[in-house]
Amino acid sequence: MEMIELLIELFIDTTLDVLPIAAIIFGFQFLVIRKPIKNVKRVMIGMLYVLIGITLFLVGLEQALFPLGRLMAEQLTDPAFIVGAQKVAGELRWFDYYWVYIFAFAIGMSTTIAEPSLIAVAIKANEVSAGAIGTWGLRMAVALGVAIGIALGTYRIVTGTPLHYYIIAGYIVVVIQTFFAPRMIVPLAYDSGGVTTSTVTVPLVAALGLGLAETVPGRSALIDGFGLIAFASLFPMISVMAYAQFSEFRAARQHKRERQEKD
Amino acid sequence: MKSALFAFMRSMLSSLRDLAPIILVIGFFQLLVLQQPIDNIFSLLTGIVFVVMGLTFFIYGLEMGLFPIGEDMAHAFARKGSVFWLLLFAFALGFGTTVAEPALIAVSDEAAEVAADAGHIATTEEAMESYATGLRFTVALSVGCAIVLGVLRILMNWSIQYMIMGGYVIVIIVTSFAPKTIIGIAYDSGGVTTSTITVPLVTALGIGLASSIKGRNPMLDGFGLIAFASLLPIIFVLLYGIIF
Repeated sequence: MEMIELLIELFIDTTLDVLPIAAIIFGFQFLVIRKPIKNVKRVMIGMLYVLIGITLFLVGLEQALFPLGRLMAEQLTDPAFIVGAQKVAGELRWFDYYWVYIFAFAIGMSTTIAEPSLIAVAIKANEVSAGAIGTWGLRMAVALGVAIGIALGTYRIVTGTPLHYYIIAGYIVVVIQTFFAPRMIVPLAYDSGGVTTSTVTVPLVAALGLGLAETVPGRSALIDGFGLIAFASLFPMISVMAYAQFSEFRAARQHKRERQEKD
Repeated sequence: MKSALFAFMRSMLSSLRDLAPIILVIGFFQLLVLQQPIDNIFSLLTGIVFVVMGLTFFIYGLEMGLFPIGEDMAHAFARKGSVFWLLLFAFALGFGTTVAEPALIAVSDEAAEVAADAGHIATTEEAMESYATGLRFTVALSVGCAIVLGVLRILMNWSIQYMIMGGYVIVIIVTSFAPKTIIGIAYDSGGVTTSTITVPLVTALGIGLASSIKGRNPMLDGFGLIAFASLLPIIFVLLYGIIF
């Protein structure tokens, strides 16, 4: 019964989210473009599928994964768990939180693979690049970036170092990479920073950050709890460009070897 | 009919594969690290079935609805040749999809709490509410401007590298003037603005534009709209923090 209520509630929420977008699209279509939409029936059915899809997706997450994930984030950041693992009560050092870092890495990686907006961009990139960019390769590269980013973000909360040092250092790496990475990948890499964090990742990661900031002595949940999403949007840019650089390097070496074999 | 059903089953399987890592991670931590039983296994399983079906429907709908409409509108605007209407559409899309975004509403409420805590605004309900609303509109405005800027870039063939780098320089400069409490929120706001419906639509718009304008390469010029939409909110929110 509870599930049906949740289903209806989330369907209404999603529909309300979509309404302004639909109003803008159809408003411009009828008032400015003034041409009928191609395959209007198919497009409408597609939009309805998107609505149903997002609703079911959110209901499932609310039902199954979020409560467990949130609870887990709370339990892993609980000082009792961290001290218990170490068996000596006293001053906690940053590496005593190693399960938190491992969890941050694993949850960042796995939620990003299931992130619907990243799947959408990967499908488009594969199509536009005529298959040169594999959907799995791109998604794995982005997921690795998010994983490293969130793990580093939790480390930052534990140690309490200022957020902007990390972000500025990350920017410098992005700028340097931009000069060396294959030109084709650069706009896609910049985009991949923004698409990684939506439906699945944000709620779980926010819970982790908040839990950590609440329990680490000297941190304030309000100030230090933020910043994980920033890490998760910065590091994919680096990892996607690195992935392209690595593929290019490997292709070049392969090419060289083939030429040598020929000679 | 049979082949359609087969295709549907196959995409369900691939959705299940997308979801498998989360299930593994949560299972591993629950059973081996925290050493607690998973209670309510039935609701967990139904939840997983829902997520898998949801992802499958979403991907079907993407290819049938969101991608085609985004690209068709881009083509139509390019044929019509009216830059004004295209930019207005770009702004409306960015602003309209962001202002009601639930994640943004949650973040701006928290931000108001932080600001009140730090003494930047009064701790009354009214002051906090007006701060949160102001912040929400600031972010929506920034996303609207970002999509306009991104579309202009495609039209004028500006280099995305230099624009993004220029943006970074501005972020760094503005950060050094901003109050410490707003920095975390500002940096996060770049990530939370782009929702599951906005991303495919905006991506399709960019690629549609780049492929209908002569001399543009969809791979080089079509992407990048989301990048602006995640960078500009950081700058706007930092400025908001400085002003209020």
